[in-house]
Amino acid sequence: MHPIVLLLVFVVATVVGYLIIKQVPSLLHTPLMSGMNALSGITLLGALTAVGFTFLASSRGELILGQILGGIAIIAATVNVVGGFGVTHRMLKMFDKKKGPTS
Amino acid sequence: MSFTIYIVACAILSVAVLTGISLMSKVKTAVAGNLISAVSLFLGVVITLVYNDILSAWTIFPFMLIGILIGGALAARVKMIQMPQLVALLNGLGGFASALVGTLSLLGVGIPKTDYPLFVNVTSVLAIVVGLVTLFGSLVAAGKLHRLLPQKPVVWKNHSLILNLCLILLLAITLFAAFVGDHPSMIAVALIGSIVISSFFGVAFAIRVGGADMPITISLLNSLSGVAGAIAGMAVNDLLLVAVGGIVGASGLLLTQVMCRAMNRGLNDILTGKTSVTSSRQGIETEHVAEAEIVTKTKTDPVPVTKAGTMPEAGTMPKAVHEPKLKEEPTKKTAVHVLAEAKSVIIVPGYGMALAQAQHLVKQLADKLEANGAEVKFAIHPVAGRMPGHMNVLLAEADVPYDMLFEMDAVNDEFVSTDAALVIGANDVINPAARDATDTPIYGMPVLNVDQAKEVIICNYDLKPGYSGVENPLYKREERIHLLLGDAKDSLESLLKGLT
Repeated sequence: MHPIVLLLVFVVATVVGYLIIKQVPSLLHTPLMSGMNALSGITLLGALTAVGFTFLASSRGELILGQILGGIAIIAATVNVVGGFGVTHRMLKMFDKKKGPTS
Repeated sequence: MSFTIYIVACAILSVAVLTGISLMSKVKTAVAGNLISAVSLFLGVVITLVYNDILSAWTIFPFMLIGILIGGALAARVKMIQMPQLVALLNGLGGFASALVGTLSLLGVGIPKTDYPLFVNVTSVLAIVVGLVTLFGSLVAAGKLHRLLPQKPVVWKNHSLILNLCLILLLAITLFAAFVGDHPSMIAVALIGSIVISSFFGVAFAIRVGGADMPITISLLNSLSGVAGAIAGMAVNDLLLVAVGGIVGASGLLLTQVMCRAMNRGLNDILTGKTSVTSSRQGIETEHVAEAEIVTKTKTDPVPVTKAGTMPEAGTMPKAVHEPKLKEEPTKKTAVHVLAEAKSVIIVPGYGMALAQAQHLVKQLADKLEANGAEVKFAIHPVAGRMPGHMNVLLAEADVPYDMLFEMDAVNDEFVSTDAALVIGANDVINPAARDATDTPIYGMPVLNVDQAKEVIICNYDLKPGYSGVENPLYKREERIHLLLGDAKDSLESLLKGLT
């Protein structure tokens, strides 16, 4: 894909993302932050392709390097994603279950 | 999978992620929003595997399994009070992964052949830089929040100069990356240079931020990790990664701004450590004043003072200290009296409440007051706790219904007409000095108008200044104030006993 296209996608995504969360109550700042934190583990996709391509098509030296560095990247990103969504879910559940006497 | 289907799938998933984030901005739909985001990310993984035809690379799956096990265990085990440091840590891992992807693509390992080597090299180096700044900044932030590192800002000689120098060097390396082409030695220079300088920069910039401002730093780093992902996506030519990374980067930045506005301070001041008292001399002075204060008020040897010297965080109540008894019996009785007669009570919880694990007792007290016929509200300062919204999470854990929680702007005018304000382990957020003491770091920060309530009851561990290091003039007030010093649990238990 042409670099200009990628840059364009980045800019559009940035602007839309900026507009979308303007009205968040501070009540939800922590869950939201942790949810977006989980999303930032999306870099997992890059790690996956790196490991996949080195596995299938590389010379021996590249294979080892790709598997080691890429593997660590996959682990780190997966921990980010799973841990992030997990704790976010736990936090939000606590808000959800409350149907207090005043409500 | 054809290219067209891939593009369409990426577009749909990007919209799904956006929907997920926007659903998360309302309490009722937040759980669904989180699930949508998680499912979109999972589908993103599947699409990436299928589109790139790498399903047969079986090593991917054990790596992912390890990550799932670790991540799942962390998510299931973490205590709510440790949430900020966990978020910081996870965030750092995301940045680390982006940096690794950047490293691989700079080395030309594991990426498809590109027609734009210059673009790939520059974005690779940028991904390494932003990713590692995120990693090391987050590690320092997590260390400060977990009290492994000193809470006070660490300021070196010529700190700003060093940071600016690093920035210039990083910029130079990024430019240099445009010329490395495929010369192995030049690539090595770019790689090692960017790793060393950005790691150092991450530590150097985070260590200068005071503990109280860590939430904002984490939020900023969160945004950065999204940007790192997006840049890594450019390097490896992954559309979805670019889109979602951009979304996370931008919304993280906005969240950071919202937080800064809540504290009425510039991001720049926070990053340069201007918002906390840095000189140790000033710290000692305030300590002496606080000490003198306690002696005159209690006329007995105050346990908190002897303890206070060893406590890493002033002004709030560390847990696991049970000895301090409430001094001044008359004051205690008055506090109970005040609460028993109050028709309206606003409770102001702070991080000290969380440290003392007193949120369940607070809930009991609120129930009892309501049973007595009082109207009870919780006033939540935007930066109460160690992360915006952290206090809400902690109170939700103790079954306090969220419609009893009021944000500062909604409740601040009501203090004047409130019979009693009950402060539990909060200090800086109720410090009236923020309004008029121009020379203090908290000047201008909006505070809860606790001092305007008819009676003020403060259950703090001691009278030392809070995170900001600024003394609280409320403690010196002669009337309409009741100080219950010591562990919040003990104070609250005695209040509860008194009310029956």
